[in-house]
Amino acid sequence: MNLNALWAYANPKKFIQATDRVLPWISILAVLSLVVGLVWGFFFTPEDYRQGSTVKIIYLHVPSALMAINAWLMMLVTSLVWIVRRHHVSALAARAAAPVGAVMTLIALATGAIWGQPMWGTWWAWDPRLTSFLILFLFYLGYIALWEAIEDDDTAADLTSILCLVGSVFALLSRYAVNFWNQGLHQGASLSLDKEENVADVFYYPLLVCIAGFVLLFIALVFLRTQTEIRARRMRALLARERMG
Amino acid sequence: MMPDLGKYAEAVLSSYAVSIVLLVVLVWLSVWRATRVRKQLEDIESKVKRDG
Repeated sequence: MNLNALWAYANPKKFIQATDRVLPWISILAVLSLVVGLVWGFFFTPEDYRQGSTVKIIYLHVPSALMAINAWLMMLVTSLVWIVRRHHVSALAARAAAPVGAVMTLIALATGAIWGQPMWGTWWAWDPRLTSFLILFLFYLGYIALWEAIEDDDTAADLTSILCLVGSVFALLSRYAVNFWNQGLHQGASLSLDKEENVADVFYYPLLVCIAGFVLLFIALVFLRTQTEIRARRMRALLARERMG
Repeated sequence: MMPDLGKYAEAVLSSYAVSIVLLVVLVWLSVWRATRVRKQLEDIESKVKRDG
């Protein structure tokens, strides 16, 4: 595949045309995967011998936590593209992804707290992973607020890109905190390439379907919201031209 | 049909309720804003075309 062909989608019109074609299919696949994965996980998987029925929270907690981190990493890549190549679509894609990532982080924090209460005996602990996740959520809020606070689109894109670079430290920290900080309540990763460390197959397969559903939902929402940001930017430009003329 | 969630029923059900509500609100807001902005842009573009 010619990677240079990707730059064609930096053209707002081409981006909207291309995403319009795939958006309905991605949306249908997202809904199907989410319904199948969550119904499978909730109704047709057994209790865990230690966690009891709270193991069913894994189908929401793990995919949302995964997407919370990966959404920020996607924003990092598109922010870097903006800084280096000044493509507006990439800056707008980062802006579009932020509320989606923030909701994913909130779901991960909420389901983690609800699971933690009966399992750890507390809703919250200042554990490395939990704390870095909370800071990541605050970065999401700060990033969204910064976009809203600055009127000039290019200045907003510049400043939010810098904020995104700084926040990436916490996105990576949230991902790897359990590996190098051998303390805190949070257990190791639920998914691993090592079969011994992985969750049992009976939980693993519905979890994979749920992860696919969350990934597809994220892609669908980012496409839709980026289209909206492109149109909103064009609208602002037309209104400004009208005021001046 | 409903699985027996035992003493953790409240935790499991509230996790699903909170997550589903947040996801539905996110999708609804995204679709609502997309529809509104698309309509506003169409109106402005037709006005610009009309006024030359």
